[in-house]
Amino acid sequence: MQPDANLAEAHVDSAGTVTLSGYPMPSVQARLQATGLHAAYGDIRVLHGLDFVVAKGGITALLGANGAGKTTTLRAVCNMVRTQGEIRLDDVRIDGKLTEDIVRLGVAHVPDGRGTFLELTVEENLRLGAYTRHDKDVAGDTDRMFGYFPKLKERFRQQAGTLSGGEQQMLAIARALLLRPKLLLLDEPSFGLAPLIVKEIFAIMQRINAEEGVSILLVEQNASLALQISDRAYLLETGRIVFSGPSAEIRRDESIRRSYLGY
Amino acid sequence: MDGFIHQILSGIATGGIYASVALALVMIYQATHHINFAQGEMATFSTYIALTLIQAGLSYWVAFVLTFIISFVLGVLVERIFMRPMARAPELSSVGVFVGLLLIFSSISGWIFGYTIKTFPTPFDTGKPMLGGFLSGHELGSTVVTLAVLLSVYMFFRFTRLGLAMRAAAYNPVSSRLVGVRVSWMLALGWGLAAGIGAIAGCMVAPIVFLDPNMMAGILLYAFAGALLGGITNPLGAVLGGFAVGVIENIGGAYIVGTELKLTMALVIIVAVLVIKPSGLLGRTVQSRV
Repeated sequence: MQPDANLAEAHVDSAGTVTLSGYPMPSVQARLQATGLHAAYGDIRVLHGLDFVVAKGGITALLGANGAGKTTTLRAVCNMVRTQGEIRLDDVRIDGKLTEDIVRLGVAHVPDGRGTFLELTVEENLRLGAYTRHDKDVAGDTDRMFGYFPKLKERFRQQAGTLSGGEQQMLAIARALLLRPKLLLLDEPSFGLAPLIVKEIFAIMQRINAEEGVSILLVEQNASLALQISDRAYLLETGRIVFSGPSAEIRRDESIRRSYLGY
Repeated sequence: MDGFIHQILSGIATGGIYASVALALVMIYQATHHINFAQGEMATFSTYIALTLIQAGLSYWVAFVLTFIISFVLGVLVERIFMRPMARAPELSSVGVFVGLLLIFSSISGWIFGYTIKTFPTPFDTGKPMLGGFLSGHELGSTVVTLAVLLSVYMFFRFTRLGLAMRAAAYNPVSSRLVGVRVSWMLALGWGLAAGIGAIAGCMVAPIVFLDPNMMAGILLYAFAGALLGGITNPLGAVLGGFAVGVIENIGGAYIVGTELKLTMALVIIVAVLVIKPSGLLGRTVQSRV
């Protein structure tokens, strides 16, 4: 089945190759908007001018193969790599700010490898999550995290390095949410986890998105799963967005799935 | 037997000094993976400041607290001015800066305060022997001060928000930034705290070894031996190692090698630890599952 020509926009470039740019996205209020985003590690350029929007209150997925630049995109949002272009969080420009200042504006990032403080206890990891907060609701928020992730309560006093991979992922998400973020960046939450645990975590992520009102930018290799829980998706290939659209449309589009997503 | 007990107790007393300096070394090592060779000279400089304040007529404890604060600020400034620009520099450049700082602080101490050996006052009653004659008043007093300092440092790191942030920044700077910790300031605070602890150690040891610009050179060596013995990645280990080295040094000096060769014991300990168990007795082993 070919993508519906009425919906998908096709461009023919000078070399005669057809590139699909995607299905039209419904217009939304943007929580995060990146325009012409470039990023590089030293001399090696990884992102070549991305434009994308993370909808307020929604889950946006960033899909693509290994090395496509997904992780780099998240790092670029937090200014952890050399970056060019414009990034706005609720109309406030955050590009060029220090990572810790971007975090303080409400961007929580669960990085590649989860970023757990392995030497510290679960309790200390969670306390660090609320490090920037001075309000009195931290205890209440921590209890709510135990509602999502009961395992963390059992492991409260344990050294975080002794947790299983799934538990560490839960800890990382809880730690990020304790910041009370406007935007949550998740880098491959399914990485290295058993399928059942991945299902569990993705289900909780949907709940969190609904109940906490936090917008999520999700980077995933497991495209099928990511398209199920997200409402918008961008497809990344070697540092460029090659396709974008509502997740439901992309899921229905067999040729896109076959050629880019491998399922 | 009495002599032996005396040697052990006074070993613990000097061990406390080594433990403080070892802790100062470990604090900076944990955050930067560098040994601050200038730690001793910075402490000596602080001790001179304390002496100047006391000679200016301040009471001992007021001078003591002021010295701690001045040293803290000095430590923060050294980090900001000299170490910060070296953050991305190769290892050897940092070592060069440390050696440079050592020479600078040593020379400034000599230049401002002179190279003649000075006596330093003790706030403790030295007249009557304590603990049944096994310890002098100063030895007992300085041990109490050292233990109080170590305990407060422990409480600070264990229970305060700032202490937790400083530990986090040392373990995992990237993740720390992602929870909003200003990592580079944590590093500067660590330097300040290390300089303050060094200053206290300097004030406690100066009445025993007398004050001159090279006062802390040997002590830094013992402290380094203690830190290595206990495990340079473990603050508690470094503290215990410091105490152990104090006792070993005293006993060895009294019964085995004699006082002239005491410093050699520090080198023997350093070499032995590096050969037999490089991570030290309590070196950190992170438990981790994949």
